[in-house]
Amino acid sequence: MWRDAVLIAGRDLRIEARSRVVVNQVAPFAVLVLVLFAFALDPDRGVLERAAAGLFWVAVLFSALLAVQRSFSLESADGTRDALRLSGLDPAGIFLGKALAVAAQLAALQVLLGAGIVVLYGTDLGRPALLVATAALATAGLAAAGTVYGILAAGLRVRETLLPLLLLPVVAPVLLAATRAWEAGLASVASEGWPWLRVLGVFAVVYTAVGIAAFGSLLEDA
Amino acid sequence: MAVAIRLRSAVALAGRFPVLAGVDLEVGAGEVVLVAGPNGAGKTSLLRLCAGLLPVSQGEAEVLGHDLRSDRRAVRRRLALLGHATGVYDDLTVVEQATFAARAVGQPAARGARALAQVGMDGRLRDVAVARLSAGQRRRLALACLLVRDADLWLLDEPHAGLDAAGRDVLDALVTEQAAAGGTVVIASHEIDRAEPLAGRTLVMAGGRLHDREPVHVA
Amino acid sequence: MTAPPSTGPRRATGTPATTVLGAVALLALTGTVALGLALPLTREQRVYSRLIAIHPPVAWTAYLAVAVTAIASALYLWPRTRDRRWDRVAAASAEVGVVFIALMLATGSIWGRPTWGVWWTWDARLTASALMLVLYLGYLAVRRVPADIEVRARRSAVTALLAIVVVPINHMAVEWWRTLHQGRSLAELDPGSNLDGAFIAAMLLGFLAMTLVYAWLVVHRYRVEALEERLAERGLDAAIAERRAEAVMVDQ
Repeated sequence: MWRDAVLIAGRDLRIEARSRVVVNQVAPFAVLVLVLFAFALDPDRGVLERAAAGLFWVAVLFSALLAVQRSFSLESADGTRDALRLSGLDPAGIFLGKALAVAAQLAALQVLLGAGIVVLYGTDLGRPALLVATAALATAGLAAAGTVYGILAAGLRVRETLLPLLLLPVVAPVLLAATRAWEAGLASVASEGWPWLRVLGVFAVVYTAVGIAAFGSLLEDA
Repeated sequence: MAVAIRLRSAVALAGRFPVLAGVDLEVGAGEVVLVAGPNGAGKTSLLRLCAGLLPVSQGEAEVLGHDLRSDRRAVRRRLALLGHATGVYDDLTVVEQATFAARAVGQPAARGARALAQVGMDGRLRDVAVARLSAGQRRRLALACLLVRDADLWLLDEPHAGLDAAGRDVLDALVTEQAAAGGTVVIASHEIDRAEPLAGRTLVMAGGRLHDREPVHVA
Repeated sequence: MTAPPSTGPRRATGTPATTVLGAVALLALTGTVALGLALPLTREQRVYSRLIAIHPPVAWTAYLAVAVTAIASALYLWPRTRDRRWDRVAAASAEVGVVFIALMLATGSIWGRPTWGVWWTWDARLTASALMLVLYLGYLAVRRVPADIEVRARRSAVTALLAIVVVPINHMAVEWWRTLHQGRSLAELDPGSNLDGAFIAAMLLGFLAMTLVYAWLVVHRYRVEALEERLAERGLDAAIAERRAEAVMVDQ
């Protein structure tokens, strides 16, 4: 399973390195979202600084949507899903591999967005340890849930509209917990933030387990 | 085993439509069989069913000793399918795609390189991105990805389509080699003239079933 | 697979059993409304306090529906108990459940209005339930995608299980969040202090009534689904014959 996961993750990341979709399109989109928030929330009234944690994570969510869409648009071209089914690769390994690739891309996007809120919203990164730990767990959960719903929607013509409808409600707890943790971290009251990591941890573990168990069956029907 | 494929009254559905309406087929190991027939007859569905991609709704289906009604997935590793679609990734280079295909079935990367040589895609094409290949070159690459599997059973769907004359010769040679080595090959094609010389036996697909001779079609 | 032998065409999905069920449900519902309207007005909430007869029962039924969908989906996916009937139960319960969740949100919203003057308060349970509504709308959207019946059943079952997994996580997280902020809560309106027998009686009758209504709706929706599937399958033998007729053998 792990060997196959590494093979798939490596392939997906190599494709990204060659096609640069995340770098050229998703990253600018993420920064654009931050900028648009400023248009909506009026930088002069101090709302942006107070809401920075939430705005950051909303931007991450939208970027995650795009990253997952991209991950599965690869598998919608020219019979590649059939090839995956025939390949003999362990479906759990394929799941982990694709989720790992998405997670890596999300991590890079978060670094960019983090720089974004520091520069654009004047945020002070109070407690980096809490921020990083939150980001790691949240990313794992987003990548796992995203990959599960990605394969579920992959073969459907209505994929582009169905995936957001399915995925966003499911990751709402991640948004909630990550934002609360980051609010605490940015305000340097870390003790209030650490407990939220439990929610993120449970979410990540549950959806990773579900993905490992269900990906094979979902791939057959995709 | 002596019998590579055995289908009895196999029915397969696409939604509610019976693409295969009771297929009887027996292919022995080492045989090369041509399934001819017009478009829409069900040739592709037949190959997909044998590959374990299409579920069997009624009847019996056994491929390489595996009962497809109980487990469709187990047989896939032992066979190779060359479909209409090529199953290759646009953003990889030719050699990266071949390496991936090889390592996916547990072969070393060198096997992928050898397969590229077998189809005549080594040399200057190695580091070209798949997206920049012509349709015929993509087909050859798909053929290389088929070769790395070292499969006992080949299922080829319109294999000559899109290949130039040199490519077709390569394909013919590979099929002959596979048969000589004891492998089984099923070719689905509507280009009977091109494919028939390769085959020991020709069957005709019509009305969702296989026939030994050409039926007359009602317009 | 061939269509099962039919016992004659069915005109409707009603049977003697469901008629009785429906009558009892209607009776209970009427009783609830009557008892509810007979409840005295409270000082704080005036007429809206009567919603105690409706809102908690509707909420309970919504969660029941969601649970049934999850259990039925699990039973469908488990190889030993795989049966298309579970898929139909899951689908029926989800559809009815969405209605009840929406009702829960509406009644909860109305209940809170006189006390706080706003239509929506980010009360923990209402917020979590709003998310649940969207989750199950997603389930219904997945079911609408055209596909082979078995494929659709499998896909929806997985969707339902994915949804149910997040429901408790979400409820706990939201609950924690809102209590931290000492937000306004519908729990304040609950009958902690109103131990008046009349309120309790109305609410309990309401629980019974809503559960019966739910059961009646699910049975009928299930049967509609079953009839639709039978209709689809009945055509198969004819379709096979038609397919074979595309070729005509010529004897030489």
